[in-house]
Amino acid sequence: MSARTWLARPELGVVAAVVAAWLFFAVTAGDSGFLTLSGTASYLAIAAELGILAAPVALLMIAGEFDLSVGSTMAASGMTVALCTTELGWPLWGGIAAAAALSACVGLVNGLIVTRTRLPSFIVTLGTLFILAGGTIGTTRLLTGRTQVGGLEDAGGFGAAQKLFAGQIGPFSITLLWWVGLTALATWVLVRTRPGNWIFAVGGAPDAARRLGIPVDRVKIVLFMTTALAACLVATFQTVQFRGTDVLRGTGKELEAILAAVLGGTLLTGGRGSVVGAACGALLFGMVQQGIVFSGVDSDWYKVFLGAVLILAVLLNSSVQTRAAEARR
Amino acid sequence: MSHETKGLAPILEAEHITKRFGRITALEDVSMRVHASEILCVLGDNGAGKSTLIKTLSGVHPPDEGRLLVDGEPVRFSSPRDALARGIATVYQDLAMVPMLSVVRNFFLGAEPTRGVGPLRRLDLREGEVVVRAELQRMGIELRDLSVPVSALSGGQRQALAIARAIHFGARVLVLDEPTSALGVKQAGIVLRYVMEARTRGCGVILITHNPHHAHMVGDRFTLLNRGRCEGTFAKADITRDELIRRMAGGEELEQLQHELRAS
Repeated sequence: MSARTWLARPELGVVAAVVAAWLFFAVTAGDSGFLTLSGTASYLAIAAELGILAAPVALLMIAGEFDLSVGSTMAASGMTVALCTTELGWPLWGGIAAAAALSACVGLVNGLIVTRTRLPSFIVTLGTLFILAGGTIGTTRLLTGRTQVGGLEDAGGFGAAQKLFAGQIGPFSITLLWWVGLTALATWVLVRTRPGNWIFAVGGAPDAARRLGIPVDRVKIVLFMTTALAACLVATFQTVQFRGTDVLRGTGKELEAILAAVLGGTLLTGGRGSVVGAACGALLFGMVQQGIVFSGVDSDWYKVFLGAVLILAVLLNSSVQTRAAEARR
Repeated sequence: MSHETKGLAPILEAEHITKRFGRITALEDVSMRVHASEILCVLGDNGAGKSTLIKTLSGVHPPDEGRLLVDGEPVRFSSPRDALARGIATVYQDLAMVPMLSVVRNFFLGAEPTRGVGPLRRLDLREGEVVVRAELQRMGIELRDLSVPVSALSGGQRQALAIARAIHFGARVLVLDEPTSALGVKQAGIVLRYVMEARTRGCGVILITHNPHHAHMVGDRFTLLNRGRCEGTFAKADITRDELIRRMAGGEELEQLQHELRAS
């Protein structure tokens, strides 16, 4: 690959930002724990959960659609796991299966409404966001009278689930393995398989894709289901880790996932992007969120920093791309 | 140069095609045919019915009256896929390409070569590159790097890629929708060379254009379309370029205008 091809990679901006953020915090917070193994593990854990959401969200955005219901799908599936085990007395795995089925349905419904009505997915999934958030609070309060459910450790199969979803490898969370594995899988699908090629086409030139016989609607529906299932997986991590859940868990995650994907060079208009970029976006997010804590600044400020980095990264990305495209002519 | 080979049926023939949209008649009693290794130019100004004709030939709109024949056999296309299955490929102005995808990926879009089985089935880009390189070479195009995005190609190269793709996937008749309209003189010339290359390779080409200069350079026969009606078909030997231009521009109207402009 020539230097110019490298410059045109969508991940370029975010990789530079990750390196810059790491250097910045290494200098300003290096002596207060940012560089230690446990400090590293703390931001990697945040990045892992966000990264697992950001990978399918990036795929969906490359295909030209948004999913704003990710956060409330997390709340709904986490609560499904908790209520099935504590209220119905199911073993934990039964609860997880029920949550997976529910989120697959959410994704299917999102996808069907978007493809059948041609309404913008931004609006459709904004609707499902509210329906799921309200439904989760309503159901939980109806069944338990509270908005938090705990006591999952008594459910059958909890030990095994804890190893798989909330275990530790040395100082690192096991979710890190999930993140790396899923990122690798999603990257492989995107750049090395036929459906991956279709994802680019569906977002980059939908009419052309249809004319060439690509199953545009099916591609989108499957991607909506994938984002919902990823939300369910992350909700399961958290529910098992905290041995319970809250109706508000996952709030705002949909925007964080979009932020990670866009930081990683995914175009808002579809047709271009990268899963590795989204993973770097998630890494940057975790690094900034924890780095601010280590550097002793009030952690309330981390979002200011992230927002600024977002705009800078996107600016850098688009200017480099324009220059790379011009250089070719 | 006679392409009206006796006894050989045209690959594609339209007989007395009429197409209406509500009360508007877009095409009325239009007939035309194209043989193998022949370029038929369909010339018409804006609103002459060129786009409706393309859509009828490519299976988007079935005609209200008249019929289409492929190899002398009446056919009814219910979709563009039908037409494609009979070897009628249409290259639209947008070329059905994804600008940000690479040359190879665009070439095989929707029909990607793969290797491996089951969940391990994956794109075979290396095999794809070999095929694309060979197809482009047959068109006389040399691209150094096939992994560059299509947006980095020139307009002429993009058009050539679309034509090469159509031929590779079995086109016997190429319907080209204004392939030179968005291009500068030099790029248009390049594209016309590829159109002739397609003829050399045995394709029947229906070149739809409003540019009589381009048409006369490459065409074997010319069909003039005006307000949805056929205004005659001429073999190259029977019509000069100037005559073609005059008829295209609405002949007398243009001369009238010239007089008025000169007078003022």
